[in-house]
Amino acid sequence: MTEAAPVISAKNVWKLFGPNPKSYLGSMEPNRSFEDIRKDGYIAGVKDVSIDVGRGEMLVIMGLSGSGKSTLVRCFCRLHEITGGTIEVEGQDIMSLGQKELIDLRRRKMGMVFQSFGLLPHRTVLENVAFPLEMRGQERHTRRERALEVIELVGLAGREDYFPRELSGGQQQRVGIARSLVIEPDIWFLDEPFSALDPLIRREMQDEFLRLQGILGKTVVFITHDFDEALRLADRIAIMKDGAVEQCATPGEIVMNPATEYVQKFTEDIDKARVVTVGALARASAHTAAADGNALDSEATIQGLARQLINDTRAFMPVQDKGGALLGTIKRQDALDLLLGAEG
Amino acid sequence: MVAQADPSNAALSRLSSLHFSVVLLVVSALLMIAHSMGVLPAWLVRLPEAVIPPTAEVLDVVFAFVQNDLGLIHVTRSIAAGLEYLLDATGNILYGKNRFPYLNRVSFLFIESLGPIPWSAVAAGMAVLGFWLGGWRMAILAGGTFVWTAMIGQWDIAMQTMSVLIVAAPIAFLIGLMLGIAAWQWRWVDNAIKPILSVLQTLPFFTYLLPAVIFFKVGPTAAAVATIIYAIPPMILMTTLGLQKVSPDIVEAGKMSGCTRWQMLTRVYIPAARTEILVGVNQVIMLCLAMVVLTAFIGMPGLGAKLLAMMNSFKLGRSFEIGVTIVLLAITLDRLSKAWVVKQPKHWERETPWWERHFLLLLGLGAFAAFYIISQFQTFEILNEVGRKQSWSKGREIDRWIKGVLEIDSIQAVTGWLRWFLNVKVLIPFRNALLWVPTPALIMMVVALAYWLGGRKPAIYAAVFFGIVALSGWWDRSVITLYTVISAVTISMLLGIPMGIMASGNKRLANWVLLTCDSAQTFPSFIYLIPAIMLFGVNDVAVVFSIVIFTMVPLTRYTIEGLRAVPLEMTEAADMSGANALQKLVSVRLPLALPTMAVGFNQAIMFAFFMVIIAAFIGTQDLGQELQRTLAGTDLGKNIVLGINVSLMALTFDMAILEWAKRRKKALGLG
Ligand SMILES: Nc1ncnc2c1ncn2[C@@H]1O[C@H](COP(=O)(O)OP(=O)(O)OP(=O)(O)O)[C@@H](O)[C@H]1O
Ligand SMILES: [Mg+2]
Repeated sequence: MTEAAPVISAKNVWKLFGPNPKSYLGSMEPNRSFEDIRKDGYIAGVKDVSIDVGRGEMLVIMGLSGSGKSTLVRCFCRLHEITGGTIEVEGQDIMSLGQKELIDLRRRKMGMVFQSFGLLPHRTVLENVAFPLEMRGQERHTRRERALEVIELVGLAGREDYFPRELSGGQQQRVGIARSLVIEPDIWFLDEPFSALDPLIRREMQDEFLRLQGILGKTVVFITHDFDEALRLADRIAIMKDGAVEQCATPGEIVMNPATEYVQKFTEDIDKARVVTVGALARASAHTAAADGNALDSEATIQGLARQLINDTRAFMPVQDKGGALLGTIKRQDALDLLLGAEG
Repeated sequence: MVAQADPSNAALSRLSSLHFSVVLLVVSALLMIAHSMGVLPAWLVRLPEAVIPPTAEVLDVVFAFVQNDLGLIHVTRSIAAGLEYLLDATGNILYGKNRFPYLNRVSFLFIESLGPIPWSAVAAGMAVLGFWLGGWRMAILAGGTFVWTAMIGQWDIAMQTMSVLIVAAPIAFLIGLMLGIAAWQWRWVDNAIKPILSVLQTLPFFTYLLPAVIFFKVGPTAAAVATIIYAIPPMILMTTLGLQKVSPDIVEAGKMSGCTRWQMLTRVYIPAARTEILVGVNQVIMLCLAMVVLTAFIGMPGLGAKLLAMMNSFKLGRSFEIGVTIVLLAITLDRLSKAWVVKQPKHWERETPWWERHFLLLLGLGAFAAFYIISQFQTFEILNEVGRKQSWSKGREIDRWIKGVLEIDSIQAVTGWLRWFLNVKVLIPFRNALLWVPTPALIMMVVALAYWLGGRKPAIYAAVFFGIVALSGWWDRSVITLYTVISAVTISMLLGIPMGIMASGNKRLANWVLLTCDSAQTFPSFIYLIPAIMLFGVNDVAVVFSIVIFTMVPLTRYTIEGLRAVPLEMTEAADMSGANALQKLVSVRLPLALPTMAVGFNQAIMFAFFMVIIAAFIGTQDLGQELQRTLAGTDLGKNIVLGINVSLMALTFDMAILEWAKRRKKALGLG
């Protein structure tokens, strides 16, 4: 999925909140912990984060409340001025942009859905959605057409003339989504877009989001609290704690090989079989040559192949990727352990 | 201050602050004892003339320099010309002023052919506007007010007042909005504006008037200028408040939508601060109305001038009728603008035809036009203008009736006795006592009070401010002003606080009283003189009485609000400890309500300082009297000195009381 040149590239990014963050960071000795920094009177919203987001990739950021997710995303689009490090968007250092260039970048490339909607209360749905176009100076008629199109896309057709206070939370969030999409951004930031919704609608919105993303194929940075949601959506998951990224990897990787204790705790309650693919379990071993019979698809999850794994009595099974190339074998016992929980 | 931040030291510092106050009080007592034994040197009783600097004269020289040598007068005169143009236009449209020195012939003919608008057309338009803003009740209120005004035969004077109001209010709104934005945007503007605003808000209104007259001609122009300046401060405050309160989510959404700074301000901030800005509009309108009425003192014709004339010649019936008109106008303007604050835009279903979307607008225009045309016919002449003979005014009858009632023996006995008692037993002795106190002793008492209430900062200000008053050369008159304020507020407290306590016990009664207070607060202060003069005639007691009713409004109101805000669990705790109603009131509810009540008390004092100056025309001997006298001449320096004296005394109390309320709230954990 990831292409060579990343769309967003953050290197050693710091964001400190406090009276005099720049000079504090300059004089700070290395390896000070979040707690140390807090004792010095600063909050490390983002702490030495380096992360790349590839074109067309969907990066999900997770972490407990207050771990710095929103802050990090705000740094990506320069709603916060970062304290240290560099952030490049499409090869351009965004901290070096002038006011005009920054506005231009946001007008052309970026869309954002806010945790708390951020709808303008005095404008109708249509006017809210058309707002970014209006700011670009687009002519009334064309921006109306375009806004109607996006409103239709998020399933709010017929409510164009409602005011935000006349809509439910879920509908308001759809307006937020429509507004962020109206300029056809290349990069799409979503800050807990579904957290205000009840489980049923949330599920519906996730499906819709996947459908949209299927059509649009944007570069997405998505924040959520909900591991299930992350698993459904993510190419990669970044787990944050106290401003720092603890681990950033594919869902399977995170579940199988948690980098830290914290990540492990985070993933403890997850039904691993739903996440782990056959490919992730496959090992090239002596058995590879010996194994025969029909091969398993490397991208299928263990859960997806549950029936087959139970019925097929071979101790080792070959795994191949989409192209048909043999990747290795999986041990049936490993797969069953994952599926049913290890014995004893 | 630093020591007081430490809770363990709080008790100690409280003691020491008391200590300092006590020392001051003892010293001032010693001075008074010495004075009573006749051993105090004269220069300690009153500052000798020799040390009083010629502030007024110096100010006059400065003003003359700015006015003539720097040419400020030309600037103001050209502004005045612009204003006069607008005022002539509104005057002509509303009541047919027929004076257009600045118009060429064509536009003259155009506007001439428009005005004056028939009263029935205005009333119909206002009724539809009222309906749009607040349904039937508002329609009846708005339409009814204007029908009353016309039928009672006061249309022309009311329109004279309105013609200034509709010029002054939008200008005050715009200036206030811009200054408010500037203060929000730039720290230094905020820092510069704040102190000016607090002085402006305590400056007696006579002090607005004279500069207006000198720089902007007598009559409506000066009235408009004074009104505009008077109405700006709350608009600034509300604008800044509203802009600061805009939620960061919306701002970030705006930024991500690619707003420039200008777009951010006009499309995001200002619309999002709509509520506060409209509250500001409401206050601008109400202050404008209050001030326009008061500009009667500089020869502005209209409701105020008529009221002033009627009161001066003791025509109570007509005064009463004009008072009703003013009150109705105030309530109408207040309710309409408040309805506008809460009015939310409403969406239309698709395919609604445009005439249906704009139905009320069309109806309003239609009604306006219809009445306009009908009233041009001879038969319906009455819809155009209510003549002197046709009006329903019952001025003379009411007059006779009121005077009749007042002459009933029992009533006269009561008012007569009250007048005698207050004058002979309370007011005059108190006044004489205050006047007898040596200047330094009185200053020390005030400083002691400020220190005891608010600590060091208010005490320093009290010393400096009262020092300036002493050096201004108007000490005795200032003391008389102070005496009137203190006596009136004391009486007002004796009446208003028990009333508030009583009302707070009953939810419905409390709501009703609060509503009454709300309405009463929108009345122009001038109105409060009417009952005072009716009951007590033209003397000191009437002055005090008018201040008492004026200040009872905030006292009652904040007492109720303070008592209501006492958390339920606290009164319940008292119930569980077996306290009876009185114990509960004294030891739980009142102490907790006190900070809020202090805010009301403070407002009462500010109102009193305001009213005492207006009441001057009844014939007091205080600063107000002297101030009013300056209006006839060109003593700008003296006018300012007198005005600043009032302002400084008011500010002293303002700072001390508010500081006390703040600390007390903090100590009680009420946020
Ligand atoms: N403007 C600010 N000023 C000071 N501190 C801030 C600011 N914004 C965020 N913080 C702090 O930075 C930390 C991270 O906040 P952030 O909003 O990024 O958390 P989050 O992971 O998005 O949490 P949530 O899941 O609750 O949205 C918090 O401790 C917060 O208090
Ligand atoms: Mg967040």
